[in-house]
Amino acid sequence: MTTEADQSVQEHADELYNEYWHVNTGGQTIHAKRMPGRFRNIKWMTASVWLIFFIGPYIRWKDRQAILFDIPGRKFHIFDITIMPQDVWMLSLTLLFFAILLAVVTSIAGRVFCGYFCFQTVWTDIFTFIEEKLEGPPQKRRKLDEAPWSGHKLLIKGSKNLIWIAIGSFTGIHFTLWFVDAFQMWHGYLTLTAPTFAWGAVVVFTFFTYLFGGIMREQVCFWLCPYARIQGVMYDKETILPTYDFHRGEPRGKLKKGQVAEGLGDCIDCGQCVAVCPTGIDIRQGQQEGCITCALCIDACDSVMDKIQKPRGLIRYASWDEIDGIPTKPFWRRARPLVYITIMVLAAGGILYGLTHLGALDLRVLHERQPLYVQQSDGSIQNKYELKILNKLDHDVPVEISVSDAPSGYIMDGANGVITARGGEVTVRTVFMRVKPEALTESRLPVTFVVRSQDGKLDAHYDSMFFSPDR
Amino acid sequence: MSEKSNPYNVPDTGHVWDDNLRELTNDPPKWWMIGLHASWILVVIYTIIYPSWPWFGGAYKGMMSWTSIGEYKEDMKAIDAIRARYEEKLPGMSAAAILGDSELSQYVTKSAKVLFGDNCAACHGNNGAGNTDYPILADDDWLYGGKIDTIVQTITGGRQGVMPAKGGAQLTETEIDQLAQAISKGEPTTAPAWQKGACFACHGMDGKGMQALGSANLTDHVWRFGKGSIDDIKYTITHGVNDPKDPATRNAVMPKFGGGKLSETDIKKLAVFVHQLGGGK
Repeated sequence: MTTEADQSVQEHADELYNEYWHVNTGGQTIHAKRMPGRFRNIKWMTASVWLIFFIGPYIRWKDRQAILFDIPGRKFHIFDITIMPQDVWMLSLTLLFFAILLAVVTSIAGRVFCGYFCFQTVWTDIFTFIEEKLEGPPQKRRKLDEAPWSGHKLLIKGSKNLIWIAIGSFTGIHFTLWFVDAFQMWHGYLTLTAPTFAWGAVVVFTFFTYLFGGIMREQVCFWLCPYARIQGVMYDKETILPTYDFHRGEPRGKLKKGQVAEGLGDCIDCGQCVAVCPTGIDIRQGQQEGCITCALCIDACDSVMDKIQKPRGLIRYASWDEIDGIPTKPFWRRARPLVYITIMVLAAGGILYGLTHLGALDLRVLHERQPLYVQQSDGSIQNKYELKILNKLDHDVPVEISVSDAPSGYIMDGANGVITARGGEVTVRTVFMRVKPEALTESRLPVTFVVRSQDGKLDAHYDSMFFSPDR
Repeated sequence: MSEKSNPYNVPDTGHVWDDNLRELTNDPPKWWMIGLHASWILVVIYTIIYPSWPWFGGAYKGMMSWTSIGEYKEDMKAIDAIRARYEEKLPGMSAAAILGDSELSQYVTKSAKVLFGDNCAACHGNNGAGNTDYPILADDDWLYGGKIDTIVQTITGGRQGVMPAKGGAQLTETEIDQLAQAISKGEPTTAPAWQKGACFACHGMDGKGMQALGSANLTDHVWRFGKGSIDDIKYTITHGVNDPKDPATRNAVMPKFGGGKLSETDIKKLAVFVHQLGGGK
C-alpha cells in the first residue's frame, strides 16, 4: 500500500513539475554525457581552485603552518597575520564581502558559483568522472543499473563506491588539517591517535560527501541548497545566462539527410543539450530552477552546430533582453551591479583597514570600581587601575607604560620600568595613581594610558578616568 | 465522494463525517517512523547509561555511575590542578617572599579576593574600602604598620586598641573642645590639653602616632573613628575606646585569625592581598 501511495505522490509531483519544467524529482539517476568543449575546460580550471583546500594546510611559514585556525587557542594565523577574537568584526566584513560578491556575480552572469565553483558541483563532477571511467558512458551505465547483480557488477559498483568513500574521507581529513597542525594531524590519523573531534569530522564529511556527491547529486541543488533558490531571484532581464535562442531555433525539427529543412529553425532536436545536462533539464524550456548555469549544453550545441554547418550560439550566454532584441547595457552601467560593487568595495576597504591596523599590542584598562577612589593620609586621592596588555606577537616584547593625559602633578605607581609583555598572552599590571586635591578640578578627569614597546615601534593607548569625591 | 478529495485512492477507516471528511489510513512518512524508532531507542540507551529507573532500595545508578555532584567534583579537581602550580609553593614561602614573586603575588591578589570577602570585608569593606569606625585598608595610613610582616602579625594575633577616656576628671569640656578643633585642623600639638591630657605619650610628640602602640596619626586626613567631625573627635577623646560600660563605645578590636581560625597559608594570602590593595609599604 505504501509503495502505491508513494508512487502516486511521485506521479503527482512529476505532473506538477512537468506543467512548467521537467525536473527530476529523484525518481531516476541522471547519467549525463561528457563532451569536450570550451566550457568543459573552464569548468576543470575553476574546479581546480579547490586544490587550495587540499594543498593549503601543507604550506609552512616560519616554523608553523601558514594558515591555521587555532580554535582552542582562539587565534587565527594567516601567514604573518594573527587574528584574535577581538578582531572578529573583520570576519563579518569578510562574510559580507563574499555574500555581495555572490550577489553581484549572480546579477551579472547568473549562478556562476553553482556552475563552476560550488563544492557540490565540483565533487559531483569528480564522482561522475570516476563513474564514467569505471562503468562507461551513460548508455552502459543505465544498462548496468538495470542488470541483475553479478560478480562483475559487484566488482565495478564496489570499487566505485570505495573510491567515492576514499575521496570523502580525504576531504574530511583535509578539512581538519586547517585547524590543527597538518603533519601532527596526519601522524595522529596514521597512528590512530587523532583526537575524537577529528575522527568525528572525518566520519561526518565522509558520509555527507558520499551522500551528496554520489547519491543525491542534483537533488541537493533542487531541494536542499538555499543558495540555489536565493540566486534565482537575483536574476533580471539583463543577467546573461545560458539561453536557448528560440527565435532562431524554433520551430525545431529533425534534420533529414539530403533534404532542405523547409520552414524549420536551427534546432534539429538532437537532444544533446539534454543529454549532457548534469541536472537533467531541458534548457530549451527556458531558464529554470534546475539550471546551475554550468554551460555544458552550450558546448554540446556548439559541437552539433559545427557538424551541420550552422553558426555557433544557438544556446549561448545571453540575457533575456538580448534574445528579445532589446539593446543591452554593460554591467558597469546597470544600477544593481553598481550598488552591489559599492558595498563590496566598502567591505573590502574595511577588511584592508583592519588588517593593516591590527596592531601587535593592545591595551585595556579597568578602573577599580570598589573603592572608586581612596583618600591618602596626605589628603591626595588614589585611584587603582588594572592594565591588561595584550601582545599578539609570538615572542615577548619589553614595553613601558606611560600616561599621555592626566591631572597635573600625578604620581603613578606599580608600572615603573620595563615590563615584559608575554608573547600571545595578556600581561596584567595593577597601577595606582595619586593626585593632590588642588589638581582635582572635577570629580572625573580624563586619563590616557599608553603602552609602548622599548624600541618604540609598537604602541597602544586607552582612555580612562580619574575619579575623586564630588565637591 | 469526489475523486478530488482522494486522488490517490488511499484506503480509509470507513468513517465519514460531514459527507466528505474521511479518515485515511496513510502510513506516516518513512523518515518520520525512522525518527520515532530512533527516539525511543535513544531513550532506552540513555536510561541504561545514566541514572534513571526508580527501584526498591534506591534508584538505578546507571552504567557509568554518573552523578551531578561527581561532575562538579571533577571540575573542581581540574581547577585545583591548575591552581596547584601556585598553591604548592605557598606553604613553604614567607608572605614577603610571595609578595616578591610577581607571578605568585598576582595569583594571590586575584584568588584571595574570596578569602577576603569571607573573613574581612564584613568590617573592612569590599576590597578594603573601609566602613565608618573600621579602618580603610586601601589607603597608606596604617595604625600598626603597613609592612607585609606586620600585616601578617595583625591578622594572626589580632589587635586591641588602647585609648583611655579623657573626659570627666582629666579634661574639661572646654579643653576637649579646643583639642578637638586642633585635631580637626591636623595640628593637635597646638592645643593646651595636648600636654595636660598626656596625649603625646601614645600619639607621639609630633602627634603622628606610634605604630608600636597602634595609636592613630592625628595630623593626617584619615579618620579612625567617625568621619572627622568635631563631635566625632570629641566623643573619642571623652570616652576613649573599648569601654565595656558604654554601649556606644568606640570599638578598637581586630579579632585574631590565627590559632586555627585560618591556616597560615590563608593568612599569608590575605596579608599579600591587603598589602596590594593600594597602601602596602
